[in-house]
Amino acid sequence: MASIEGGGDSGGHKKGPGVKKAKRMSTRVDMTPMVDLGFLLITFFIFTATMSSPTTMDLNMPKDTDKQEEETKVKQSGALTIMLGSKDQVYYYEGELLPDGSNFKQTTFKGIRDEIIRKKKAVIAAYTGDAACEQKAREKGKADPRAECQDQDLVIVIKPMEDATYKNTVDILDEMTINAVKRFAMVKISDTERDLVRATEGSAPATK
Amino acid sequence: MPSIKMPKKSTDTDMTPFVDIAFLILSFFIMATKFKPEEPVKVETPNSVSSDILKESNAMLITIDKDSKVYVNFSSVNDANKDKLGTIIDGVATSRGIALTDAEKQNFKGAPILGVPFASLKSYLDIPNAQQGATPQPGIPVLDSLNNELIWWIAETKKAFAGEKLLYLIKGDNTSKYPAFEAVINALRRNEEFKYNLITAQEGAPEGTELFIQRLKKQQ
Repeated sequence: MASIEGGGDSGGHKKGPGVKKAKRMSTRVDMTPMVDLGFLLITFFIFTATMSSPTTMDLNMPKDTDKQEEETKVKQSGALTIMLGSKDQVYYYEGELLPDGSNFKQTTFKGIRDEIIRKKKAVIAAYTGDAACEQKAREKGKADPRAECQDQDLVIVIKPMEDATYKNTVDILDEMTINAVKRFAMVKISDTERDLVRATEGSAPATK
Repeated sequence: MPSIKMPKKSTDTDMTPFVDIAFLILSFFIMATKFKPEEPVKVETPNSVSSDILKESNAMLITIDKDSKVYVNFSSVNDANKDKLGTIIDGVATSRGIALTDAEKQNFKGAPILGVPFASLKSYLDIPNAQQGATPQPGIPVLDSLNNELIWWIAETKKAFAGEKLLYLIKGDNTSKYPAFEAVINALRRNEEFKYNLITAQEGAPEGTELFIQRLKKQQ
């Protein structure tokens, strides 16, 4: 940085022994410490900066009702029940649970997405047309009324077990958003289902 | 031997532009930094694909920590509405028959987070605000459906903020268990409140899924 000034004796005429030559000071300042400090502060602020503000996930729950006519009707063909077990395990069955439990299956959070997509496709394929629903969609000004109605029978029932974590719950609700499932419900698990999950968890070691 | 004289070049580089940029970045980070407020209860929120940014407004924050203990606080309430906190604590004191002094009620307004059963509310409010954050709390009892104390807290908050917009924020830890969350939801439902906001961290939609395609279409 700063260049070394030549010695006083090297050039020019000699002065008397007591006379010192005035040293010409350089105007350049060594900026290294300042830069060091600058970068130290940059790293500090980068690490402490909270760039991502938290997001929120809206959750709407239905009102409890005693009236039969207000209850949501679920078609058996379009229902998929998902149970959340411990250790991030997911259990599911389609339609109604058979008495022998043969349609009760186990999967993981990775596998459940494919299952939801498959179920949704099956519901769409089985759609024969609902004039009333399509008329309603048309009145709302929807471009494709059929697309609005074809998955209306799909209902996913979420039943978390006591061992399920909050993360599991949020993940499965997220899965509804990811796969654009319009109708889903969170319901308390029944005793039969709880016993089935417990039995599966007890017998088979959790697969990863 | 004739030698070619190479011009001696200085090894110094002019660092001025470099330093300029560095300080520009530095000032940007100083301006952009918003320090995280000290959290009395550490909570790691789960990720979700939701991209709605949390709005700043009157809110009742219900926290569920990693041991499934439930806390409430009102720190996001605007300064203009701080006196509402007085209404809340008055309401709780009268409806639950707890004799609180004025000093204890004042203490409630500055309390960082509250997670004590009604039985020990008085003694908790005797602790100075500065020490409350470090005091371990047992959590508000919620799991017993007959004695879900959160119902009372929500009822009084709802009363105090009647006619005004109030958000119910639920901030749960990844590892907290579902029953605590269910109990919180039940307490809200008992008060006829059906819309909640779950605080999450953002993550992108997985590729190839319907949401991913929808968002891609929106961008185009």
